[in-house]
Amino acid sequence: MSKKNIIVVGGGLSGLMATIKICEAGGEVKLFSYCPVKRSHSLCAQGGINACMNTKGQNDTTWEHFDDTVYGGDFLADQTAVKGMCEAAPKLIKMFDRMGVPFTRTAEGVLDLRNFGGQKNKRTVFAGSTTGQQLLYALDEQVRKWEVKGNVKKYEFWEFIRIIKNDNGICRGIVAQNMNSMEIEAFRADAVILATGGPGVIFGRCTASTICNGSAVSAVYQQGAEIGNSEFIQIHPTAIPGSDKNRLMSEACRGEGGRVWTYKDGKPWYFLEEMYPAYGNLVPRDIASRAIYDVCVNQKLGINGENRVYLDLSHIPAEYLERKLGGILEMYSEFVGDDPRKVPMQIYPSVHYSMGGIWVDTKHNTNIPALLASGECDYQYHGANRLGANSLLSAAYSGTISGPEAIRWSESDDIGEELTDEQLAAAKQTCVDEFENIINMNGKENAHELHHELGDLMNRYCTIVRVNKELDLCMDELKKILVRWNDIGVNDKGHWANQEAMFVRQLHNMIIYAMVICKAARMRDESRGAHYKPEFPNRDDEHFLKTTIASYNAETHEPNITYREYDHSLIKPRPRRYDVAKGGK
Amino acid sequence: MSEQKTVHFIIERQDGPDSKPYTEEFLVPYRPALNVVAALMEIQKKPVTKDGKKTTPVVWECNCLEKVCGACMMVINGKARQACATLVDQIPQPIRLAPARTFPVIRDLQIDRSVMFESLKRIRGWIDVDGSWEVNTAPIQNPYTAATAYEIAHCMTCGCCLEACPNVGPQSDFIGPAPTVQAYLFNLNPLGSFNKDKRLNALMEKGGITSCGNSQNCVQVCPKNIKLTTYLAQLNRDVNKQALKNIFNK
Ligand SMILES: Cc1cc2nc3c(=O)[nH]c(=O)nc-3n(C[C@H](O)[C@H](O)[C@H](O)COP(=O)(O)OP(=O)(O)OC[C@H]3O[C@@H](n4cnc5c(N)ncnc54)[C@H](O)[C@@H]3O)c2cc1C
Ligand code: SF4
Ligand code: SF4
Ligand code: FES
Repeated sequence: MSKKNIIVVGGGLSGLMATIKICEAGGEVKLFSYCPVKRSHSLCAQGGINACMNTKGQNDTTWEHFDDTVYGGDFLADQTAVKGMCEAAPKLIKMFDRMGVPFTRTAEGVLDLRNFGGQKNKRTVFAGSTTGQQLLYALDEQVRKWEVKGNVKKYEFWEFIRIIKNDNGICRGIVAQNMNSMEIEAFRADAVILATGGPGVIFGRCTASTICNGSAVSAVYQQGAEIGNSEFIQIHPTAIPGSDKNRLMSEACRGEGGRVWTYKDGKPWYFLEEMYPAYGNLVPRDIASRAIYDVCVNQKLGINGENRVYLDLSHIPAEYLERKLGGILEMYSEFVGDDPRKVPMQIYPSVHYSMGGIWVDTKHNTNIPALLASGECDYQYHGANRLGANSLLSAAYSGTISGPEAIRWSESDDIGEELTDEQLAAAKQTCVDEFENIINMNGKENAHELHHELGDLMNRYCTIVRVNKELDLCMDELKKILVRWNDIGVNDKGHWANQEAMFVRQLHNMIIYAMVICKAARMRDESRGAHYKPEFPNRDDEHFLKTTIASYNAETHEPNITYREYDHSLIKPRPRRYDVAKGGK
Repeated sequence: MSEQKTVHFIIERQDGPDSKPYTEEFLVPYRPALNVVAALMEIQKKPVTKDGKKTTPVVWECNCLEKVCGACMMVINGKARQACATLVDQIPQPIRLAPARTFPVIRDLQIDRSVMFESLKRIRGWIDVDGSWEVNTAPIQNPYTAATAYEIAHCMTCGCCLEACPNVGPQSDFIGPAPTVQAYLFNLNPLGSFNKDKRLNALMEKGGITSCGNSQNCVQVCPKNIKLTTYLAQLNRDVNKQALKNIFNK
């Protein structure tokens, strides 16, 4: 077998970046994805990508970006990793610029910058309101070039099922399934990178794509990979509630001057501006979501008593809005029917992003040798809360680390023996048997209905406000759902493009992952970033300045939760407040 | 008992690439702002036809549900469009769904658009950078040219324009409006323009821009409002200039 044969699962920003780095180092990539990689979820990102370009005369520095990120993440992020990312950011932007990303430009023709939440300086580079789409396309194009050169072989419309380890426990391959022919195949590799994105769909409706189901992460977790900080789920304050999905209204709306308000005593009440005078509407997401939740649920001041408040752009000149936010405003008109240039939009918080994910070291190695993870599926960089426009950055940056690290594995003797034909055949057979069992399920439950219930449960108990008694209840309910999974009836018994059977397999993984989120939230008795417990309203550095580590217990299906030290040596933790300007360094 | 309002769907189904198509009808509970994808999701939860017959859930492709990934293109009431961005309130019922048969059908509404991605290889749809490492700073760009590039860069490879184009199909090898216009995008870029000749030459070959009959169908259906025919015309001029240049350089 030729050297440097890497499998990359996932063709979002992170997987594609890793793929390019591997090809540049002379490696070969098998690239797996649910969809043509050009349709990956990264393209939903609207607002922008952070990098200290310092072209607005504000003396912005990478250190300030680093500090904002650590502070915004409530000091739970590994600081060495974050520092590396912030220092690399301007170089990454220059790379994207050379690759042809149509960034929005100033009159002088240089890259324009906008404001984003949790940052006082203009630091967010953007391509209109479709930054993710444009960044993803640029990498997709470069990968296509490598495909033509023969370094990349794409397996699009293939679902990753599990990894395969050799006798020494080293990850040396995967099993995957062709989503059309349904054939299941085992593949060898020198190392495997998982770049499978976030788990939003576990919550049913969220701002993410329908393929962001966390299933791959759950699968490797059940094979021994540790999950870090899974309780930290970002709730985006401004989404359009919908029955199929909650559509995001980018933070750029607030960045460009959007104001959040509701009626109080018959008059508009700009509650964010009143509660947080220093940052106003630009407070970070967790703060804004909590404030909206409080105003609607506790104070019952939502629009017409419903869980909605206004996000208002109507005071901004239409021409300016068109230029800066065109695409997303069009989306609101399209999916709601009102014109946000004229009437305020109606929004409510929604599950948006997972700060947690597979635990990795600063080189993106998981605890399983030769299995790496990068992008939203890993736990790195964002701590307890992610700043807007930092995750396109972390997705791309992490790919520049995981790719070369996978090459290092492929060149090292530590990867041990490659998989034997017997090992490949055995791994494949396990997955074939499992799939046939699913096809033959004849119970009473409908998988999609069960998923709906899972989403409702997770939304009710594991989002903005968390209460221990309720989390215990949630865990009990999750266990019941796991049992009910066995009683699913599969309508489609065919072996051609059987989406239903594949969904049943994904659902099992989603339920297991949901238990990790719930249990980790239950155990962390403090409030930090996106994790808020009224019973423990303060941050507790003495006990919880630690990474939550979940490892799978195959007997109970529940996670074992432990805590791990991490590097917070560069910036000393200080209280995180947004009612006054960010305190000293 | 008040009767619940429903939406009537007539769906053209097909079990596999070589099977015969058939139709099935469904009634989906109405709710405000219901779109076609959300309705298909309801059918997944309850795969029962209008006549009460149990069936398999309908197969289709979707990801983003916000008209940006391109996946969910299908023919809705005779017109190629994105299912996620089609509100049932805005179109007449019964609503007829069919796969876009310009492309091979995989199953039901799911089609195989790999030909579009292949065409992007042919037009050299990328910028030839030396590498992803640090090289130069990219050249400054005229903000107006950049705005044009931004418009074309929205193309989400959905294939609506190919489905609508009378010249794309088994009768011709025309690569179609979307990939053709992408060549214009890369030629606009200061670094991309270094390979302008190669792209224009590729468009002169069989299945290239000469196959466009200028019927303007594509521009009317593009969900991203890309001014396809404007750029096709511009490309046509560029290709003609290139042809002359080729003759003189012989
Ligand atoms: C609506 C929205 C707006 C956003 N806006 C911004 C923004 O403005 N700025 C910002 O910085 N961030 C933003 N984010 C976050 C950001 O987009 C994501 O965190 C980031 O793009 C994730 O990239 P990724 O490469 O990790 O994964 P993804 O882009 O999600 O890619 C995952 C890949 O994995 C594949 N995959 C997954 N599971 C499997 C499997 N089992 N088998 C095979 N393939 C699989 C998928 O097909 C896909 O190719 C936004 C997110 C959302 C939801
Ligand atoms: S203008 Fe050309 S590309 Fe567009 S529909 Fe007509 S023939 Fe097809
Ligand atoms: S040009 Fe428009 S219609 Fe054609 S594939 Fe692109 S987005 Fe779709
Ligand atoms: S699902 Fe992405 S365009 Fe409709």
